[in-house]
Amino acid sequence: MGLLEVDSLRVDYRTRRGSIRAVDDVSFKLEKGELLGLVGESGSGKSTLGLSIIRLVPPPGVIEQGSIRIDGDDIIDFSAEKMQSIRGSQISFIFQDPMTSLSPVKKISEHFIEFIRTHEPKTTKAEALKRANTTLRDVGILPERIADYPHQFSGGMRQRIMIALAITLNPEIVIADEPTTALDVIVQAKILDLLTELRDRYGMAWILITHDLSVVLERCDKILVMYAGGIVEYADSKELFRNPRHPYTQRLLQGIPNIEFSDQKLKAIPGSPPNLLNPPNGCSFSPRCSEGEPRCKSEKPQLLEVIPNHFVRCFKEM
Amino acid sequence: MGLRSYIIVRILLTIPLIMLLLSIVFLIIRVIPGDPVLLHFERKASEEAVEAMRQRLGLDKSLPIQYFEYLGGLFRGDLGRSMQDFSPVSEQIFSAFPATLELAICSMLVATTIGILLGVKASESYNSLKDHLIRAFGIIVYAMPIFFLGMIFQMIFAINFHWLPANGRFPPRLTEPRGMILFMNQPVGIAVWSFMIGLLCLALHVGLLRMKGVRFWGQGSTISLSHFMIVWIVGFTVWIVGFSYAQLNMSGVVRVSTGLFTVDSVIEGNILKFVESLRYLFLPSLTLGLVLSGVFIRLTRSNMLETLRLDFVTAAKARGLKESTVTYGYALRNAFLPILTMMGLQFATLLGGAILTETTFSWPGLGRYLVDRINFRDYTAIQGAVVYFALIVAVVNLIIDILYAYLDPRIRY
Repeated sequence: MGLLEVDSLRVDYRTRRGSIRAVDDVSFKLEKGELLGLVGESGSGKSTLGLSIIRLVPPPGVIEQGSIRIDGDDIIDFSAEKMQSIRGSQISFIFQDPMTSLSPVKKISEHFIEFIRTHEPKTTKAEALKRANTTLRDVGILPERIADYPHQFSGGMRQRIMIALAITLNPEIVIADEPTTALDVIVQAKILDLLTELRDRYGMAWILITHDLSVVLERCDKILVMYAGGIVEYADSKELFRNPRHPYTQRLLQGIPNIEFSDQKLKAIPGSPPNLLNPPNGCSFSPRCSEGEPRCKSEKPQLLEVIPNHFVRCFKEM
Repeated sequence: MGLRSYIIVRILLTIPLIMLLLSIVFLIIRVIPGDPVLLHFERKASEEAVEAMRQRLGLDKSLPIQYFEYLGGLFRGDLGRSMQDFSPVSEQIFSAFPATLELAICSMLVATTIGILLGVKASESYNSLKDHLIRAFGIIVYAMPIFFLGMIFQMIFAINFHWLPANGRFPPRLTEPRGMILFMNQPVGIAVWSFMIGLLCLALHVGLLRMKGVRFWGQGSTISLSHFMIVWIVGFTVWIVGFSYAQLNMSGVVRVSTGLFTVDSVIEGNILKFVESLRYLFLPSLTLGLVLSGVFIRLTRSNMLETLRLDFVTAAKARGLKESTVTYGYALRNAFLPILTMMGLQFATLLGGAILTETTFSWPGLGRYLVDRINFRDYTAIQGAVVYFALIVAVVNLIIDILYAYLDPRIRY
């Protein structure tokens, strides 16, 4: 039994023009201390998938079916109060834009005290502050700055504070939704190193959501590639890097610049992702796929384990 | 620039503001038809008497001389004497002010409570039936003429059911404290008071702890005896203070009059007078408050909708904070600045006198005073009222600006 088991999860946005299937029959497992990279382009449903794991899909999004098990308990059945009690303490979430993720009118200390005392009402303010200071030191923020307001910090520092908030209560799972997209490249690398370091020290499992495959390739244990709401490939990152089997993954890897062959032209994938209000029949990648067969346009391929721990959704692997 | 110099500059800036307003009003009231002297005599006086009165009021002098004489008085802090009854204008304004202040505070309380609560509720259930109903309510009360709503309330609550007085501020028979009403001067009364206040403290205390999620019974109960001890001590202190206060009151040491009947009755320990003054306040405040609440509903709703979309609201939810904490502590707290601005503007306007409400309910405040004096072309009274109003607007806005910096740490002066 894994720490987190998502099974045939389906999330729809029920708009007036019809249902948009943002997450389509997604299943995966996350083990203790594992670093999972969730890769996909904008609109591939990766953020919705992340938010549905803490059951905070924004309306009109609805979890239509499937189960999300944490330590064996399906959180879909949890009451609103029970859900509140595990958010932040068992599963934490880090958002994309650190500039807007903290309330501008509250001091950093207030954010921590409120958060810790919500989950552990018996904690005194002094104890809460002490714990906040320890975690802040872990992420590289000077403890004396705890009395400052969010606007007194830079973007990278704010993201460090968000990370500190996320790990304060020792959650088993931390989901980070594009935690470095809003930051510059140097800070990006530092933040990513910090995540790996925290994983090594505290052993929590991470789900790192990103649109940048190169960001997760070298850091993550496993990688899950999403396209148009569905999983197209799911494998160990080394395996995925050496033997990408889905055409989409292959094209993504070709899109990463390589220092050794710097004069090589990068190849873009022609076309754009499908309109999810009106998804194509058959494989959702087929309109952009260069290796398609006729049946790709009419039949939907299944996600198959082609070799142990390597799942692909493509007819040519069957 | 520090806060202190900011305040000083702002206060100095009100001087040209007042001068400008005053000059315009000074000219306009003399241009519009109507003569204070003729209106004073109701056209039944001899020409000599009219001329004598004109001289006495200084109206025979040229406009610039009148203007500078008035300004001279103003700089000495003298608003002049009324052209109608010759008593000092400042005294008249001060005597009408408490009635207006009391009405302004109470109607603002009604307007902001209803407006903010409904606005928050509407934004929470965006685009639902509840949201549409609240918005419709907001528009209806805002579009409702005050005198019309006031008359409906008068008809229902005063004329039909006789629950509340229809108009006026206070009957003369109750303005003086009376022995039988002074519950606080008897030990039994004070004991009852302290018991009640003790219960109130306990209820508030329990409520606050409940909001923080403290459990009182069953598993994980954290309440201890000390909480009840604190409540009891508070009650006891109230008893002691109340008792000594009642002694002072009876011996006539306390003789403070603010002109606010609700406050005065508390100072006097006159509970019946307190209840009675609230009864008189109820209908005008409800009418005015309801009409004003429309603005607050719309403003709160739109600002909340904008704030609720922001990342820190979702982030707060993702940390497992309670729904109410997220809504009020995060969303409303950050959506509050525009609401505060509107509160300040409305409150300043109300302090200038709610003319329609005061007329409908015969409320003896500044609004009625001003209408009265305009009808009689009482130039000095009108000018005085304008100076007062400009001052009030300036002061209230200054207070709001200072509150800004307190509410939002990013604002510094």
